[in-house]
Amino acid sequence: MPESVTLEVNGARVIVPRGTSVAAAILAHGSNTFRQSVSGAPRGPLCGMGICFECRLTIDGRRHARSCQIFCEDGMSVQTDG
Amino acid sequence: MADIPQVFDVLVVGAGPAGMAAAWAAASSGASVGVVDDNPSPGGQIWRSESAHPSTPEAVEWYRRISSVKIAFVHGAKVVDHPAEGVLLAETWDGVSELRYRKLILATGARERFLPFPGWTLPNVMGAGGLQALVKSGLPVAGKRVVVAGSGPLLLAVAAYLKKHGAAVMLIAEQAPWQRLAWFAAALLARPAKAMQTIRLKRELGGVPYLTSCWPVAAEGEGKLERVTLRRGKKTWSVACDYIACGFHLVPNTELAELLGCAIENGCVRVDQWQQTSREAVYCAGEPTGIGGLELSLVEGQIAGFAATDQKKSARALIVERKACRRFARQLDRTFALREELKSLAAPDTIVCRCEDVPLARLRENDSWRAAKLETRCGMGPCQGRVCGSATEFLFGWRAESVRPPLFPARVEVLAMAEAAAQSGDTNRAA
Repeated sequence: MPESVTLEVNGARVIVPRGTSVAAAILAHGSNTFRQSVSGAPRGPLCGMGICFECRLTIDGRRHARSCQIFCEDGMSVQTDG
Repeated sequence: MADIPQVFDVLVVGAGPAGMAAAWAAASSGASVGVVDDNPSPGGQIWRSESAHPSTPEAVEWYRRISSVKIAFVHGAKVVDHPAEGVLLAETWDGVSELRYRKLILATGARERFLPFPGWTLPNVMGAGGLQALVKSGLPVAGKRVVVAGSGPLLLAVAAYLKKHGAAVMLIAEQAPWQRLAWFAAALLARPAKAMQTIRLKRELGGVPYLTSCWPVAAEGEGKLERVTLRRGKKTWSVACDYIACGFHLVPNTELAELLGCAIENGCVRVDQWQQTSREAVYCAGEPTGIGGLELSLVEGQIAGFAATDQKKSARALIVERKACRRFARQLDRTFALREELKSLAAPDTIVCRCEDVPLARLRENDSWRAAKLETRCGMGPCQGRVCGSATEFLFGWRAESVRPPLFPARVEVLAMAEAAAQSGDTNRAA
């Protein structure tokens, strides 16, 4: 078994294998709305490689982090905007 | 992070195959070489998350090569500005790197072209490479129903990858007509490596329908995707699915080259036989010079790396191979050219600019990219037009006119540093 990491997504404990991106972790745990668009529509990842900014959310208090480009770390706190 | 020298002899932007090849070739001369890349590890998108376990002999070989020479990698760093000659600024999670260089090699890769269609903004409608990248980054897809759609050879690779990871790939919808694909397949036979790849893919995809002249016309669902409607000829039907993986081939990432003042031709960075751009000491390799795939990227990367370090003989030895790869690239362009019908996919209320929620009807009131930006804020959100720009180029023939720093949204401290670096750069020039 690969080593796992534990993080918090919207206050809930999420455990994923090390090397999982934050975006993949959120999708894997059944949420697909990462943010609200400027007119309030639900949005989730599109490009998966850091260019579209649709998967942006708040990681450890930092807003607008691109969750597809950041690996999950132990103790990380993630807030979606959906 | 490896130790960063005061000034790199060669700095490579992008750690995909072209960047890896360029860095290896340059470092083989003994030059000090740095590679800056936005992703967490080298490999670009094609070898994303493979650095520990490369999946093909080619990947194994290139990871071996880059670890056989001294290269300073700066990962998780997006280049946002070129504040002065010989300097790039890259934003990282916890700071900013000021990277100084004598020669620069741009290997910034490509992105998918997305075309707006009703429902394409629903969560779980993603790029083809987009969904693959997420799976490579740990998203499980076993048992998920996926429709792969759009255009290009990437669709086959993505479908095979998803199937291997347990997804139920319902079908592949390729917009190109079969006549062109048949011609392309014949051309492939002239390149044994490519032909073998295709045969392997076909075997892996056994049982998955590959429908040509077929494309998605709507994605629907309550809050998230539930089904996609497809059209082929006069037939329209719906397929229930958990994900749509949809991308219409690729477009080169040329923003940094444009910021540096490199000449662009037909949407690609213009290079000479040594992969040098119109700017002296600035080279470019791989997809930004024209979409050509893995082999061309590796060859161009090596030529750029050798040429930038005065190893002209080694560079020259690769020119014949590059020519063959470029022929293949031109066939790609012809085969997967987008059909006119796709211009009417979006409805008046379909969002085109996803950052600013600008619908098609509002864009139609304008006659240029610039006018649309001013009137509707199209292209002015965080992606800076990287998504809607290639769509409006296809839909309206608009071309983005200017690229300005920062190339990506950046923190205020990074902008302040850019300003400081620009001023010290001016001082240096004055002295």
